[in-house]
Amino acid sequence: MIYKADDYMLGETAWCPGCGNFAIRGALAAALSALDLKPHQVLICSGIGQAAKIPHYLRVNGFNGLHGRALSPAVGARVANKNLKVIVESGDGDSYGEGGNHFIHNIRRNPDIAHFVHDNQVYGLTKGQASPTSEPGMKTGVQVDGVVLPPLNPLSLALVLGAGFVARCFSGEKEHLQETMEAAIEFPGYALIDILQPCISFNKINTWGWYKKRIYYPEINDPQDWMAAMELSRQWGDKIPLGIFYSSPRPTFESSSRALEGEPLSLKPFDPLQVAEVQDEFL
Amino acid sequence: MEVNILVGGAAGQGMETIMNLLGKSLVREGCGLIYTKDYMSRVRGGHNFSRLRIASGKPWAIVESIDIMVALNEETYYHHRDNLAPSGRVIFDPRSFSLPEDENRGVPVELQKLAEEAGGKVMANTVAVGALLVLMGLQTSTVEDLLHDTFAGKEGVAEKNIVALKAGFDAAAQFCSACFDLPPRNEDGNKLFIDGNQVLGMAALASGCRFLSAYPMTPSTGVMNYLAGKSKDYPLVVEQAEDEIAAINMALGASYTGIRALTCTSGGGFSLMVEGVSLAGMTEIPLVIIVAMRPGPATGLPTRTEQADLEFVIHSGHGEFPRAVLSATSHEDAFYRLNKAFELADRYQTPVFFLSDQNFADTHRSVEPFDFDRLSYNRFIAEENGYEKPYKRYRNTESGISPRALPGQFEGEVVLVDSDEHDENGNIIEDASTRRLMVEKRMRKLASLAEEMDEPDFYGDPHPELLLIGWGSTYGVLREAVDALITLGTKTGMLHFSDLWPLPQKRLKNLLAEVERSYCLENNAGGQLAALIRRETGLSIKGSIIKYDGRPFLAREIVEEVKNDL
Ligand SMILES: Cc1ncc(C[n+]2csc(CCOP(=O)(O)OP(=O)(O)O)c2C)c(N)n1
Ligand SMILES: [Mg+2]
Repeated sequence: MIYKADDYMLGETAWCPGCGNFAIRGALAAALSALDLKPHQVLICSGIGQAAKIPHYLRVNGFNGLHGRALSPAVGARVANKNLKVIVESGDGDSYGEGGNHFIHNIRRNPDIAHFVHDNQVYGLTKGQASPTSEPGMKTGVQVDGVVLPPLNPLSLALVLGAGFVARCFSGEKEHLQETMEAAIEFPGYALIDILQPCISFNKINTWGWYKKRIYYPEINDPQDWMAAMELSRQWGDKIPLGIFYSSPRPTFESSSRALEGEPLSLKPFDPLQVAEVQDEFL
Repeated sequence: MEVNILVGGAAGQGMETIMNLLGKSLVREGCGLIYTKDYMSRVRGGHNFSRLRIASGKPWAIVESIDIMVALNEETYYHHRDNLAPSGRVIFDPRSFSLPEDENRGVPVELQKLAEEAGGKVMANTVAVGALLVLMGLQTSTVEDLLHDTFAGKEGVAEKNIVALKAGFDAAAQFCSACFDLPPRNEDGNKLFIDGNQVLGMAALASGCRFLSAYPMTPSTGVMNYLAGKSKDYPLVVEQAEDEIAAINMALGASYTGIRALTCTSGGGFSLMVEGVSLAGMTEIPLVIIVAMRPGPATGLPTRTEQADLEFVIHSGHGEFPRAVLSATSHEDAFYRLNKAFELADRYQTPVFFLSDQNFADTHRSVEPFDFDRLSYNRFIAEENGYEKPYKRYRNTESGISPRALPGQFEGEVVLVDSDEHDENGNIIEDASTRRLMVEKRMRKLASLAEEMDEPDFYGDPHPELLLIGWGSTYGVLREAVDALITLGTKTGMLHFSDLWPLPQKRLKNLLAEVERSYCLENNAGGQLAALIRRETGLSIKGSIIKYDGRPFLAREIVEEVKNDL
C-alpha cells in the first residue's frame, strides 16, 4: 500500500496546543510518505523530553530510550539491520546537553543516521530550565538571574567535528523542513538538522514571531564549501539563515566494517558448530 | 611432583612473552598447568611478575614456593628469594646485575648479549625460555615449532628466535641440566592454553554474539581484544564506544533490532552503565553484560582482583525488574555458562550478567577443548504466524514473556519499546491499572527464571563435617584447600556457586543442615555472598574467610585459617 502523510499519524499527543512539535511531526510524516518509506522500514530513536515523545505519535518502529542517549541505540540498530532507515529525534537538552558526548563522537563515527533536533532553546518537559542553546539573560526558575553561559552553537560544532550534512530549519517553515528532512534521510552518513521551534509554554523570548522576523534563505552556491557553511552557522541575532549549509559525504561507519557487507547481520544465520575451529589457535 | 616458575621484571620487559611461549609449548608437551599474572597499573617500570605451576593432573591454583625464578631485574630476586626453594634456581643476566656472594642457586645467562648475537635485544625473552627448557630437561623442538607458527609469514624472525632459544639453552646447560623433574604428562597434549577473557570472548562468538560495544577497562579489555581480532573473519562488529553509557545503549539498540549483543566492563565503567541496565529491564531487551571485577571503590586497584561487586550487580539499576547473575567455577565452566547467559537473556528478554574478576580474566590454564555441540542457539523470536495480530511488543501473557518481533521483520507491523511505563503496545501511559499490569507482567518472569539456576557445584568428602562455600574465581584454590584438609584428616567439602541470582537454595540448605562447621570464602571485606545467603534463606554461615588486599587466595591461607579456628 501507499502511505500518505496522514497514515503515519498516531495517537493523541501530550504536546501543548501550538507547539512546534506538531509541525515537525507533520513534516516528517510527509517526508516519509514522499520517500515511500513504509512504517516497518523506519526506526525512530529518541531520548526523553517533550520532543522525544515523537515515536509514540508516528506509526513507525520506535526506541524511546533514556534522556541523552538517543544516538547510541540508533548506532546499534544500524549494526544489526542496515536496511532500516534510522532517524534520531530529540530535544536540544537531550541532544546537546545530556547527550553531548554522543553528539560529538557520533559525528566522528558517521553512522547513516538522520538526526533531527527539536531546538526550542529550553528544557520543556521539566518546565523551563535553561538548555545549552538558551539565550544569555533568559530568566528561568533555576537561572534566576538569567542565563550566564554562552550558548552552544550546534551547527558550528558539527562542522568542526566533520559532519557531512549540516542544516538549519524552522518549524514554522514546513515545506522547507520537509524537503530538508528528505535530503537528510537520503544523505549517506550522519545528517544533522537543528530545527528551531518555539516553546509556547516556557520560552517567551524565542517566539514564533521572533523567529519569523529573523529567518531568511541565503543563497548557497556550493554546499561543499565548508568555510561558507561555517560562516552561515555563526549567523544569529537579527538575521538567522535557514538551509542546508553543508552537504558532502564521507565514508560511513557502516562502510568500514566487513561484517556489514552483504545482508543485514540480523538476517545472517548462525550455528555454533560453524565456528568450532576458533579454538584451534589455543592448541 | 611439580615445578613452580616465577618470571619477574619491570613492566615492559616482556614477562608475558616468556610465559606465553613457555606455557603453550608445555601444554603441547602434555603438561597440566596454570599461569597467573601479578602486574601493576603502569606501562613501564614497577615490579610485575607471572607464576606458572606445572603439576600432575589439573593444577587449580598457584602456590608461593618457587623452583625456578627468572629475574629480569635485581628487584625480582630480592622480592621473591624468600620463596625460592633450597633446591631452586635463579636465571639472571650477569651483565645486568649480580647475585649476593652467598647465593649459590644462580644460573647466569647473558640474556641481552646472546639475544643481540642472535639478531636483536627483543629476543632476550626467547633466550630465557631456552634456559628454562634445559633446566626442566626438555628439548627445544616444541618451542621451535611454536616459533614457526607464531612468526609464520615473517621471514627470518622464527629462525633468529630459534638461534636465541638455543643460545639460552646451551648457556644454562653448563650450570644445570634437567635439575627439575616434570610431573608425568598426558599422552596427547591436545589441550587448550587459554585465559579467562579469551574463554569468554570465544564463548560469545560461539553463542552467535554479533556486536560488542565497550569502553576499555582492565580487567575486561581482553574480551574486547579477543573479539576485535575475530571481527576480521566472522560476522561480528566490535565498537569502542565513547563511554560506557554509549556502550550499553548501543548494545541495547543492536539487540532490539535483532542481533545478540554484549558489553563488558569493570566496576567503574559498570557504574556508568546502570541506567542502561534499568532500561534493559523496562524495555525487556535481552542483553549480556560481563562485569570483570577489580578492587574498588572508585579507581581502586586497577590490575588486581576482588569479588566486591556481587551486591552492586544484583541490585544495579533503579526500579524492580528480573535479571540473572551468573559467574563460573572455572575456564571449562565459563565457556558454557556465558552461552547460558545469552540463552537466558533471549528467552526472558532481560539483562543477564556474567561476573568475572581479574583472577579469572588474566589466568591461563590448560583445559580440554570445548564441545561446541553443547552450545545452544535459540533466539525466541516471533515467527510469521506465531503471534497474535496486531503485533504488540508487550502483550500480556501468562509467563510474562511477550512474543518478540524485530523492527522491520513483518510488513505492516511496527515494534515500539519505551523507557517510560507503557501499555502492551509500548505506548507511554500513566494510569495505575496499566502500571500494575506491566509491573506484574515483568516480575512474573522471575519465577521461571529462578528455575533455570544451577545448584552450586559440590566437591570433597560426600559426608563433610566442614563445608567451605565460595563463588566465581575461587573455585580452584578452594578445591586445593579441600584436598589439603582431607589429607590432614578433616572431612571437608565445598559448595561453589556459578549461578548466583536468583540464588539457588536447595543444595545449600540440605548441606548446611548436615555439616558442623561452615565458612564462606570471599575476595571482599563485607562477606557479600554470606549476606546474600542470609537474606534469601535466613541461614547464617558462621565462619568467614575474607581477603581484600587485591590478591587471590592461596590454598595455604585457607587451610591455616580453618585450622586456627579449630
Ligand atoms: C537522566 C535524566 N536526567 C534528567 C531527566 C529529566 N529530564 C527529562 S527531559 C529533560 C530535558 C528536556 O529538554 P529537551 O531535551 O530540550 O526536550 P524538550 O522537552 O524541550 O522537548 C530533563 C532534564 C531525565 N529524564 N533523565
Ligand atoms: Mg528543548
